Amino acid sequence: MAEEIKAHITGVVFQITTKPGDAVAAGDPVIVLESMKMEIPVEAPRAGTVKEIRVAEGQTVQEGDTVAVID
Amino acid sequence: MFRAVLVANRGEIARRIIRGCHAVGVRAIAVYSEADRDAPHVRDADDAVAIGPAPARDSYLSGAAILDAARGAGADAIHPGYGFLSENWQFAEACGKAGFVFIGPPPDAIRQMGDKTEARRAMAAAGVPVLPGSDGPSADVAQALGVAERVGFPVMLKAAAGGGGIGMARAADPAELERSFASASRRAQSAFGVGALYVERYLARPRHVEVQIFGDGRGDVVHLHERECSVQRRHQKLVEESPAPNLGAGTKRGLVEAAVAGARAIRYANAGTIEFLVDADGRLYFLEMNTRLQVEHPVTEEVSGVDLVAAQLRVAAGDGLPWTQDAIVQRGAAIEVRVYAEDPARQFLPSPGTITRLDIPGGDGLRIESGVVAGSVVTPHYDPLLMKIIAAGPSRDAAIERLTAALDALVIDGVKTTAPFLQRVLAHPDFRRGAVHTQMVEQGAFNG
Repeated sequence: MAEEIKAHITGVVFQITTKPGDAVAAGDPVIVLESMKMEIPVEAPRAGTVKEIRVAEGQTVQEGDTVAVID
Repeated sequence: MFRAVLVANRGEIARRIIRGCHAVGVRAIAVYSEADRDAPHVRDADDAVAIGPAPARDSYLSGAAILDAARGAGADAIHPGYGFLSENWQFAEACGKAGFVFIGPPPDAIRQMGDKTEARRAMAAAGVPVLPGSDGPSADVAQALGVAERVGFPVMLKAAAGGGGIGMARAADPAELERSFASASRRAQSAFGVGALYVERYLARPRHVEVQIFGDGRGDVVHLHERECSVQRRHQKLVEESPAPNLGAGTKRGLVEAAVAGARAIRYANAGTIEFLVDADGRLYFLEMNTRLQVEHPVTEEVSGVDLVAAQLRVAAGDGLPWTQDAIVQRGAAIEVRVYAEDPARQFLPSPGTITRLDIPGGDGLRIESGVVAGSVVTPHYDPLLMKIIAAGPSRDAAIERLTAALDALVIDGVKTTAPFLQRVLAHPDFRRGAVHTQMVEQGAFNG
């Protein structure tokens, strides 16, 4: 079942470390946000396959925004 | 003295420097990114110039945009503050070539102290104690392993091209060093553009004590005593004070003599800080030199009665040092706490947002250095420091009491802050006895 991965803080997308089709384990970083000079990974909540990345590098995301979807 | 100084920074430090300019009768010119159009530092200045979009690399880190702003506004000097371009020797050099005085040391001192292994060598040559470790940077893990085997585990891996705790990792054994090297190197590469690391012997539970120095560039150097800065998270300071509590007279003398000798050896000019680690036996070791004004400079000002920013302007304008060593005396005690937009309950995660309410405390012996006002938007683009609260008093206990009352009265709504955590630090029996070390926060000593 598809599950949305949400940003847990407000930040700027620093790096996209996965792409659709990638297998991820629970806790793997899907994207990395930069906020207030810190790099903060947004992690997969469970094992699965990345279905969709909804953000681009440099984009500002708010806490609670969906950044990716995993299957 | 200068006609006008461009302040190449934002937040509380830009406001502090603008005040310093006004104290010596100089016009202050602010710069601002699109996100900072309505920021307090813009209003404080005599003139303000837009320098680009919100991301720091396009605005406050753009040397070209800042030099353009300085030309357009008729400035004859540039004060970099801390962070951003303050320790970028190429920027300091570009200021000089463009005809502006860079308010700080010459580019070569910035370059030399920014290269952390070269700084180690220069300080060791001046007789300043350094930790056993690398003679130069290690680009690969095999070389770092060799140094670690020589000095003995555990060791610290550190970024050769920069400080501030970025790209730092502790390794207890060869396997951990091999695992940590790649990630530390990647972080160093991303922050400083150089992935090389160096190795130093690890000290368990050291104190961080630093010495404020000031040089005239011709070999005359004075010290303005020490600051204790051991309460840190992620190798960044949260609480600073002067004098350092429970510092033996021999250790104190060793610190200030080493700092002055080190600064003299490199013919240092303007304000600088030499940081040391002090072990449980009072032995001191050079950590790094910061070739700029420090965040925590107010505690030194409060106990010594000097204006460090005004002194920076005077020395940069070609005057000699404004004080002799004998005239710089520590009186009473001063403590600073840093109020960051971070959530201490979530491992100090950044907490951007809009400040919906702000009640700033006042009273005897209190000094507030704030970069925000009610309504300020705290963006994810910059450092999370909101304000510093500094309390001074005739004794350390009196300063702690004033600071505690100030934090009780402080109200910041809209973002999470470190204020509740700082309250727990000030109330902690180990802090009260002055028994602090750099690993207390990570070890959970102040968890609520």
